[in-house]
Amino acid sequence: MKIKILYFARLKETLKFSTEDLELPDDAFASSLTILKLKAYLAKRNETWQQMLMGKLKVRGAINHELVDDNAPIADGDEVAFFPPVTGG
Amino acid sequence: MAIRVQTQDFDAGLEIKLLRNARKDTGAVVSFIGQVRDLNEGDKVSQLTLEHYPGMTEKALEAIVTKAQSRWDIFDATVIHRVGTLQPTDQIVLVAVSSAHRGEAFKACEFIMDYLKTEAPFWKKEVTDSGERWIDAKHTDDNARERWLE
Repeated sequence: MKIKILYFARLKETLKFSTEDLELPDDAFASSLTILKLKAYLAKRNETWQQMLMGKLKVRGAINHELVDDNAPIADGDEVAFFPPVTGG
Repeated sequence: MAIRVQTQDFDAGLEIKLLRNARKDTGAVVSFIGQVRDLNEGDKVSQLTLEHYPGMTEKALEAIVTKAQSRWDIFDATVIHRVGTLQPTDQIVLVAVSSAHRGEAFKACEFIMDYLKTEAPFWKKEVTDSGERWIDAKHTDDNARERWLE
């Protein structure tokens, strides 16, 4: 499966990533992928990713422009975004 | 409904006039303007930068206004939010709501702001004397939104 991932604000700045295309083998992991599982998968990259995605910072997720919770399923072709709690207004 | 995300400033007077003149049975327009403060958590703020998620931001704002429209009998709403770099006293956001009577417009305007604060993908970074810092989300904003769930 192939997904697009976007990072915003503090995440973008610290991870030095604003967007990436991620390709995963079409196995059981991919077919049961959720926001939380994807966070845990990306967190394995190194200590910084671990801290930013699975650490103390609250990270919110969106799929195809909709705010979702950690258990939301991710499908092939989805646009996923990770960001800190919003602070507009 | 008018939703705009832009770097340039807006004319709140003009936006209110447009809502007032759109229908002759309009009896009330309630508006809110948020602006940049030169002080935050005890530190002097010289500049504020707003980042957003193009594509999602407009959809999120539209969904919030639609929710307000289904809850109160309002005629129309305008939401303008600025992004980019701003200075103290610059306008950040305008929410204006029209209705027949004031009660509906007051409530809808506050509802839209409370949801915008907690669901629309904007992030603020400020410059103080000690450097740049991202602003953290406030629990008081979550609580303000929770009120509407009762």
